[in-house]
Amino acid sequence: MLSSVRSLWLVFLKMFRKRVTIKYPEEKPYLAPRWRGRIVLTRDPDHNERCVACNLCAAVCPTDCISLQATEDENDRRYPEFFRINFSRCIFCGLCEDACPTYAIQLIPDFEMGEYNRQSLVYEKEDLLIDGMGKYHGYSFYEQAGVAVGVKPKGGGENESEPVDVRTLIP
Amino acid sequence: MAKVFIDNKEYEVPNGKNMLEVCLSLGMDLTYFCWHPAMHSVGACRQCAVTQYRDENDTRGKLTMACMLDANEGTRISILDQKSKDFRAGNIEALMINHPHDCPVCDEGGECHLQDMTVMSGHNYRRYRFKKRTHLNQDLGPFIKHEMNRCIQCYRCVRFYNDYAGGKDFGVFASSGRVYFGRSESGTLESEFSGNLVEVCPTGVFTDKTLHKHYTRKWDLTSAPSVCHQCSVGCNTLASERYGGLRRIMTRYNGDVNGYFLCDRGRFGYEYVNDEKRLTRAAQKENTSGPEAFASVRKHLASSPKMIGIGSPRASLESNFMLKQLVGAENFYQGIPGTEAGAVNTVLEVLQNGKVKTPSLKEIESYDTIFILGEDLTNAAPRIALSLRQAAKNLPREKAYALRIQTWNDAAIREVVQGETGPFFVATPYATKLEDIATSSFHGDTSSLVSLGKKIAAHIRKGEQGLANHDEETGFASATAKALSSSQKPLIVSGTGMMSKAIIRVAASIAGALKEAGKEPGLVFAVPEANSMGLSMMGAAGALEEAADRVAKENDITAVVLETDLFYRTDKNTATGFLNRCQKTILLDTLENQTTPEVDFILPAGTFAESDGTLVNNEGRAQRYYQVFQPKNEMKSSWAWLDMMIHNTEDARPFDAIVSEMAEHIPAFDKIKTLAPAADYRIGTQRIPRQTHRFSGRTSINANVSVHEPKPPVDKDSPLSYTMEGYQGQPPSADIPYYWSPGWNSIQSINKYQIEVGGELHGGNPGIRLIEPQEDGATVFEENIVSAGKGRFEILPAWDIFGSGEMSALSPAVAKRIPEAAVSVSEKALQGSGLSGAEKIRINYHSGDIVLPVKVDNSLPDNVLLFPKGFKETAGMQFPLYGDIAGV
Amino acid sequence: MNEIWVHILIIVCVLLGTVTIAAGLIYVERKMLAVWQQRLGPNRVGPFGILQVVADMIKIFFKEDWIPSFVDKKVFIIAPTIIMLSILMSFSIVPFAPGWVVADMNVGLLFFLAMSSLGAYTIILAGWASNNKYSLLGGVRGAAQMISYEVFMGLSLMGVVLQAGSFNLTEIVNAQKGMWFVIPQFVGFVIFLIAGVAETHRLPFDLPEAESELVAGYHSEYSGMKFGMFFVGEYLGITLVSSLITVLFFGGWLGPSFLPPIIWFLVKMFAFILFFILLRATLPRPRYDQLMSYGWKLLLPLALLNVLVTGAIVLSTN
Repeated sequence: MLSSVRSLWLVFLKMFRKRVTIKYPEEKPYLAPRWRGRIVLTRDPDHNERCVACNLCAAVCPTDCISLQATEDENDRRYPEFFRINFSRCIFCGLCEDACPTYAIQLIPDFEMGEYNRQSLVYEKEDLLIDGMGKYHGYSFYEQAGVAVGVKPKGGGENESEPVDVRTLIP
Repeated sequence: MAKVFIDNKEYEVPNGKNMLEVCLSLGMDLTYFCWHPAMHSVGACRQCAVTQYRDENDTRGKLTMACMLDANEGTRISILDQKSKDFRAGNIEALMINHPHDCPVCDEGGECHLQDMTVMSGHNYRRYRFKKRTHLNQDLGPFIKHEMNRCIQCYRCVRFYNDYAGGKDFGVFASSGRVYFGRSESGTLESEFSGNLVEVCPTGVFTDKTLHKHYTRKWDLTSAPSVCHQCSVGCNTLASERYGGLRRIMTRYNGDVNGYFLCDRGRFGYEYVNDEKRLTRAAQKENTSGPEAFASVRKHLASSPKMIGIGSPRASLESNFMLKQLVGAENFYQGIPGTEAGAVNTVLEVLQNGKVKTPSLKEIESYDTIFILGEDLTNAAPRIALSLRQAAKNLPREKAYALRIQTWNDAAIREVVQGETGPFFVATPYATKLEDIATSSFHGDTSSLVSLGKKIAAHIRKGEQGLANHDEETGFASATAKALSSSQKPLIVSGTGMMSKAIIRVAASIAGALKEAGKEPGLVFAVPEANSMGLSMMGAAGALEEAADRVAKENDITAVVLETDLFYRTDKNTATGFLNRCQKTILLDTLENQTTPEVDFILPAGTFAESDGTLVNNEGRAQRYYQVFQPKNEMKSSWAWLDMMIHNTEDARPFDAIVSEMAEHIPAFDKIKTLAPAADYRIGTQRIPRQTHRFSGRTSINANVSVHEPKPPVDKDSPLSYTMEGYQGQPPSADIPYYWSPGWNSIQSINKYQIEVGGELHGGNPGIRLIEPQEDGATVFEENIVSAGKGRFEILPAWDIFGSGEMSALSPAVAKRIPEAAVSVSEKALQGSGLSGAEKIRINYHSGDIVLPVKVDNSLPDNVLLFPKGFKETAGMQFPLYGDIAGV
Repeated sequence: MNEIWVHILIIVCVLLGTVTIAAGLIYVERKMLAVWQQRLGPNRVGPFGILQVVADMIKIFFKEDWIPSFVDKKVFIIAPTIIMLSILMSFSIVPFAPGWVVADMNVGLLFFLAMSSLGAYTIILAGWASNNKYSLLGGVRGAAQMISYEVFMGLSLMGVVLQAGSFNLTEIVNAQKGMWFVIPQFVGFVIFLIAGVAETHRLPFDLPEAESELVAGYHSEYSGMKFGMFFVGEYLGITLVSSLITVLFFGGWLGPSFLPPIIWFLVKMFAFILFFILLRATLPRPRYDQLMSYGWKLLLPLALLNVLVTGAIVLSTN
């Protein structure tokens, strides 16, 4: 009973504290550079798409708002044929960024994407792809992965040795 | 039964199993790589380590491999103790040191046994800091993609490809850390079963190249239980769709039929479903298309025209039945040539009236002495050939069992057997691939094969005196007869491959003779197409020739042609004549073909992916297949179109109504009603979802069209739903749309769906046999007349696994494997006609002539020519033909 | 003749006044909750968001008044009107200032208790008619809660009645000229305050509509102006209980004469309304069994003791 009275008093005192909310949009809040808002697709240092169409972002998405189709170029390098995010469903949870093994999907500090027409909230790959590397500089998945897709010869990746000679008999 | 102890709990288990099988059958999670339920144990990967204890007082125990440990009375192991857990985690860490960790771009990702096992063993952080070993890849042809870096050296691929499937062009090379699995040099894998490497390989070394072209993760696929339509065996498959296109075919386990494996035609021959030439709208010749076209069909039918129907062996039972209902039984014709119809009807007749059982594919593997008469199984019904290869190992294995080697101890058995194969006799017109395991083989034309068969039957009945003179034929006959007579479980295999009734009847007579002799013989027939047997059981007024005669006599006939390309089934003149003489023609088909431009109305039918139905395979087993997805166009199951035509409605009745009507009219099909759960079947209140619970993109797939999500389609024909909503446990065995179990994302999760690994599915294997042997059935099926036509040569069909499938040959990957159409002829025959060395020859036969490149095949008898069956060049030929050859 | 006009004027004033205050409370509550939660609160409509009330009213009047197909239609419609009626009726006995009373009944307090009992029907009928398990649960909870707390509410007032010697509220106010009853009747005041919160099923005693458990309890299925009636009914209830506390324990309109009596009354009443809002901002909702045992095991004996002691004192001083 007394603790309830104390609570009442403490809450009453909040009246004289500073407000924690601001008058958005007249005043803009400060957003940290790594604040997670709108989703973009980034490129690797060679200016190629980072996305390898692994589908992990789509699988982890709690609102199922990402869909894509994988395809390959002439070197068998995999990339998305289309990559679609239905932002009218997106909740900016950032799980796709967590799931992305190639740093392709990144969330940037922009969230002001209100539209009068819901259809305009459907973003295709052309709308999502940016020209830079985003938050992670210098990373290229295909330099690391064990597949050769025109980026490097077989065995030329980081931490890889030359392909073995199957015909040698040396123990 | 033996009593074993696992983690101090007591279990009763069947004898003759190893502890890995026991643990998996009991539903426990134990990691493994090299063991495979169909190929058993070799103890190579060391991943199923468990701790074995001497007795209940033993506290230390010793590490041992569960797959090499017999489940004897009193065997006591622990899976959960720290020692074996650490060993398994350490082992997988060692296996992974060279693994490239490229799961994001690996097609196996999400259904990878290596991923599952790594997670299950608890290894999760790479400590090895040195460089990874790498390999160069090979181009293994249009079916299989090779990425050797991912290999963990479990040896499953060679064990399947070479030891199980009898492949010769694949192997393991190099030594120590360089071990390499592939061919001696880049090139197409020759085996007809290479596709199984995709499922056998526990990781992404071998992946499906056709899937790669339109890659989708397993969890994103909408799948339905299906039955392969590419040959008569009726292998169970899982067909999967995404974005409105069929993406791949995987094995659906059926312990009675295909088990774990499919052939390449079945696995890769699905792409015609995605063909650009698919018929998607109803159409009227030179007039409208769309719903109005169907309205005019209805208008035409309302005038109650005189109708005939052309049924099809590639359409479901239901579609053929509805056609029969539409036109009447006396106006229903089989859409195949008379010779083929005659052969299939003979198969049905000897199976229905005979005393000998026709075994299932699984049962074939239990016979020990094989005689093949006149059938090229590897090309006509490939999956049977794979089973025969297993059966051929049975007798030699007895030697190993005599040494008290357990049945599952694969490496030891192979050491004893040394590649020996059992009594295996092949008598065909030309050398077939199965001859590499044959004890003895014989080649002859139809009449000599028939006389050979008669001799064998006579020998079995009367002994040596049944044979008169001594020549090659007699020698082969007596060796075969002796081997068959000395076996308890002999198997006679034949089929419609030579389109000869006599061959079929004489094969049945041999089996009958063995039955009379007190054996337990089996009798297997391959038939040409997925539902040839069903169409034959349906009963018809005749074949295509009779239909053509009928149309020639009466000139006011409307023909309803069901999934039949007349130009593929019969020669051009007959087909054109038929189409011209009909007053109106209504075609229900799936793809544009030569017939489509000639007909008055086209109704777009669904393939196996867009329709429900039932097929009857060569064994007489009825099997249900389900629609995989709802196409976004006018396609419907053929039976649905026909139902709408019969009742003059806008919408078809549900599938179950059709089935019960069929069971009512044709008593032979009565059992089909219980083949699979009815459409109103629910588990609790839930349907069975076609999509996995991880299905992604639901709110985005259609967002480019409209951001408003449409209502998902409702399936009134089956208890399956088109969405991910529904019962998440195990569905009834006939309705399994995909395999998944917690922790088991790969196809290996089949273990969880079986009562014991490699055995029956929970709830019984799906499918119902419609034909059983008669207790007082016939054992003699003599046919004396082998009618020979005019001409020096008998022209027989040469079957090709990839070229002879009407629909599968249209799939791009399969098309790359189709050889050039050529006529096979022996060198001697060429010399006899003075054409030695000719590159092309002209063959004149009674209804025409054709110029084909020459392929010399000296295994052929001198009076036989082979034409590739069902190729573009030879479509519509009605084998056997008779003719002469000439220079070009 | 003139007297009748005056009377009608009073009735109209009270009716409009109370309803306006109740409506205004929509804004006051939202703003005050924000203040106590360090937020800004409504600030978009009009200066300081003061026209939020108007916006809310417009919205609620023009919302689709949806009657689900499965409900008991007649009862469903009647239920929300009962609470408005019974509470507005209760206002008729409240003296806002000397002579400013609609019905100066000598059984005033009993009339209030009777009317507040009627309020229980709203919840029961709404919960029942909605034909929805959450609504029904809310209705059942509401019924039990209101009937229970009514008992102590009545008992807690008996001390005041004993001391004033009357049920007439004007006389009760007049009896406080020397000393507000809150001092001798402190226990009664506390019990009445708690019971008042429970009677209006305001937080923390909002179990009949506990949104985290029952969607929205008995009014889950309501929308549009029918929901609005529940909404305004709740604020009317707060206003009524606040004014009764003022009248019964804080001397009603009494106060130093530099302000007119009606202002004194309103100041006191608003203080209690704000207290109600502060309660909402502060206290968590108790479990249902805690609510019931708190009432029956603590408040009931306390209220009885209060009556006993007050009775003894009044008896001994007379």
